[in-house]
Amino acid sequence: MDLKEKLVSSFLAFENEGKLDLNSNTHAARLEAIKSFEGNGFPSKAIEDWKYTSLKPLLKHDYCLFPTTKSPVGFKNIRKYLLNDIETYTLVFVDGKFSSFLSTTTHDDCDVCVLSSALNRPKYKMVVDNYFNKIANKNESISQLNTAFTIEGAFINVPKNTIVPKPVQIIYFSTGSEKEVLLQPRNLVVVGENSHVQIIERHQNLSEEVTLTNSVTEIFANKRAVVDYYKIQNDTKNSSLIDGTYVSQKMQSVASVNTFSFGGKLTRNNLEFYQEGEGISSHLNGITILNDKQHVDNTTLVNHKFPNCESFELYKGIYSDKSTGVFNGKVIVKHNAQKTNAFQQNNNILMDDGATINSKPQLEIFADDVKCSHGCTIGQLDETALFYMQSRGIPKKEARALLLYAFGNDVVEKIKIPQLKTKIANFIADKLKVDLGFTL
Amino acid sequence: MNKFTEDDLKKDLENKEYEYGFYTDIESDKFPVGLNEGVVIAISKKKNEPQWMTDWRLDAFKIWKEMEEPDWANVTYDKPDFQNISYYAAPKQKPKLDSLDQVDPELLKTFDKLGISVDEQKRLSNVAVDVVMDSVSVATTFKKTLNEKGIIFCPISEAIEKHPELVKKYIGSIVPKTDNFYAALNSAVFSDGSFCYIPKGVTCPMELSTYFRINESGTGQFERTLLIADEGAYVSYLEGCTAPQRDENQLHAAVVELIALDNAEIKYSTVQNWFPGDANGKGGIFNFVTKRALCETNAKVSWTQVETGSAVTWKYPSCVLKGDNSVGEFYSIAVTNNYQQADTGTKMVHLGNNTKSTIISKGVSAGKSNNSYRGLVKVGPRANNARNFSQCDSLLMGNECGAHTFPYIEAKNKTAQIEHEATTSKIGEDQLFYCNQRGIDTEKAIALIVNGFSKDVLNKLPMEFAVEAKKLLEISLEGSVG
Repeated sequence: MDLKEKLVSSFLAFENEGKLDLNSNTHAARLEAIKSFEGNGFPSKAIEDWKYTSLKPLLKHDYCLFPTTKSPVGFKNIRKYLLNDIETYTLVFVDGKFSSFLSTTTHDDCDVCVLSSALNRPKYKMVVDNYFNKIANKNESISQLNTAFTIEGAFINVPKNTIVPKPVQIIYFSTGSEKEVLLQPRNLVVVGENSHVQIIERHQNLSEEVTLTNSVTEIFANKRAVVDYYKIQNDTKNSSLIDGTYVSQKMQSVASVNTFSFGGKLTRNNLEFYQEGEGISSHLNGITILNDKQHVDNTTLVNHKFPNCESFELYKGIYSDKSTGVFNGKVIVKHNAQKTNAFQQNNNILMDDGATINSKPQLEIFADDVKCSHGCTIGQLDETALFYMQSRGIPKKEARALLLYAFGNDVVEKIKIPQLKTKIANFIADKLKVDLGFTL
Repeated sequence: MNKFTEDDLKKDLENKEYEYGFYTDIESDKFPVGLNEGVVIAISKKKNEPQWMTDWRLDAFKIWKEMEEPDWANVTYDKPDFQNISYYAAPKQKPKLDSLDQVDPELLKTFDKLGISVDEQKRLSNVAVDVVMDSVSVATTFKKTLNEKGIIFCPISEAIEKHPELVKKYIGSIVPKTDNFYAALNSAVFSDGSFCYIPKGVTCPMELSTYFRINESGTGQFERTLLIADEGAYVSYLEGCTAPQRDENQLHAAVVELIALDNAEIKYSTVQNWFPGDANGKGGIFNFVTKRALCETNAKVSWTQVETGSAVTWKYPSCVLKGDNSVGEFYSIAVTNNYQQADTGTKMVHLGNNTKSTIISKGVSAGKSNNSYRGLVKVGPRANNARNFSQCDSLLMGNECGAHTFPYIEAKNKTAQIEHEATTSKIGEDQLFYCNQRGIDTEKAIALIVNGFSKDVLNKLPMEFAVEAKKLLEISLEGSVG
């Protein structure tokens, strides 16, 4: 039985056993989603947006869809994956289940809790009905699959005029209780008017077993809200991640999504921004540093629908060994989105023969009074700069690392949480296999 | 003087009739509509082709029948009915001429109207013209001069007859029959086209030029151009097109193959001004062309194109940089207006070491048109030190048109250096204001600015063409800008 059949046939059992409310709107959304997935199946390379990423090798595994944790996970197991030197709200999920004793939630000023309770509690019915599955791309069948199997994930609901005092960490662990596991977490983030929140998301496999995570996050930034979202992708070599992040922004809101991809076997990021008002600012940043046979695909979309908005996109990539990088950035400027300022940049460095980069920066523009530009480069380190540093007594390896570090620094500088910035800087140093001898 | 406003400009342009829309009344030898093996054989017979060519065509036809019409391009149109097209039309009189006196005066008049009188060309501009009028070459000038150098420049049907070994060796070698839907169709039914061979070490003393015209109503034109520059040869080739005004959509599916052997250089320039359809998007030509060049060691191929016509343009002049140190260039201006759609660009495939490519693409969209750049830069795993620079700029005029960029960049070699940049903008109000302030009226200022915008490409055109290209730009842009 192939994976698609397995998923479709286990859908009924999932809905009944999951103690889900079959009268709710989410039930209808689930039914529609599974139908759509049954029709379209997993995306293939024949689809333009999946031209450079094949899911085939991932789909041949016999995934366990509803794993149960056998060995309990203690705080000491996961400590190193958390950001410890500042206070945070923490949502920890182990094999798809919420772990309340590892987590720190709140309902005081804002709701930082789990989606399952939001789905089932009448208190949150309004929020769920208004926001759940409203912007997840209905044409992306992998996201539809997630919608069908939505049961758990993070739920962050910030009322208006609230500054969430601590960053929120969302971490999904898998323990390797089964040989091959498919996890489908679902996050919903709703940020009210004039509110501010910072979120860090991470997926981590604690074992060497095969894990495929198909995650979907919907983020709603209401008027003048500020949302900072950080994704850390530094998983083990048997872990793959398909991530769909959909951001809807209202008037004058500022949203940024920063993606740091260093690990995992295959990572696919679908990142889509929809601007639903004037004066919006959208930021998309990413660093990808790969080696071995890793594959990372960053597919982004910024949809400018209203006048006087801006978007900035900056993706940097360093590819070694036989790794493959894909950048597929689309910017659409609709008819009445005059005075749009859209900027897109993608810089890549290929370190070894055998490494591949496929880049496709697209612009689709229907308005005339706009400033849109994109740039894309593929190149190497500057030999003269390297020579200069060597002539000053810096060993070649360190000199190279320094230059590469500087190459990625533009993106690192955009991180607004200092402790996270240090952590990312360390990741980069680790990945480049050097000790930089300094911290930020 | 009344102020010439943007709206005036727009109105002006909409009312602008297609200047070259006239129809030459020459009796024509035309096949009934429809396509089957019989028609393919009949075309081949008509051309007195040898058996191998007929078989080649039939093979292509077989392949074509299996293929599906592609629809990935960013254009929408009513798909042509391939059974409703006549696949062959040739002027009935087919004189073999030594001088212009023998040419049908009606034909000459057509060229006069186009401002490309063969007579004038012959005397003044030193350009040999292989005139293709509805698929059959009627007059070929400067044959003698070319003959002395050993250059073969003739209709492809003649080449099949006289130089079968060259045709057999190279036809379909760059654009195989299986390449795409329209290439297969062309391979099966091409009626005529140009063939050019420059022998080793010869620099062609003049610009070779072919003027294509689609004349007969309802005939698709299937041109086949094969150009071979042998080792160390140089040639500059010009291709220009205009067509009469017609209401029904006409299909043009040409194939152009360029072969630049070691150290050879080919410069291929196109000015395309086919009927774009009227202000309501009615009529116009479908231009689905496959153009590709192969560059051997140290060879250089340079494509320059000015695209102002056709209702739907779908073409990607490409370079396969196979030899070491080979160079590919692509310079393009595409202007779309009213309901025109253009999806054009290039493919640069780097296979050899130290290969270089440059892409400069300028798109201007006005009215309700859509203009897309679609390009591929590919660096193979063994292509060391490949270098590419791409620049795509779009200019939008008005709020109903679209400009799109779809660059594909695929690098598999660590020594590759690729740069791509694209911008989209409109004509700056401060620029206009500056010109106005200096006493230049808006329309002239716009012409000035657009001219500057396209200068990078216009400069690459040969002298004779640059003048015509500027004229065409003015016709297409006059009033549309703003």
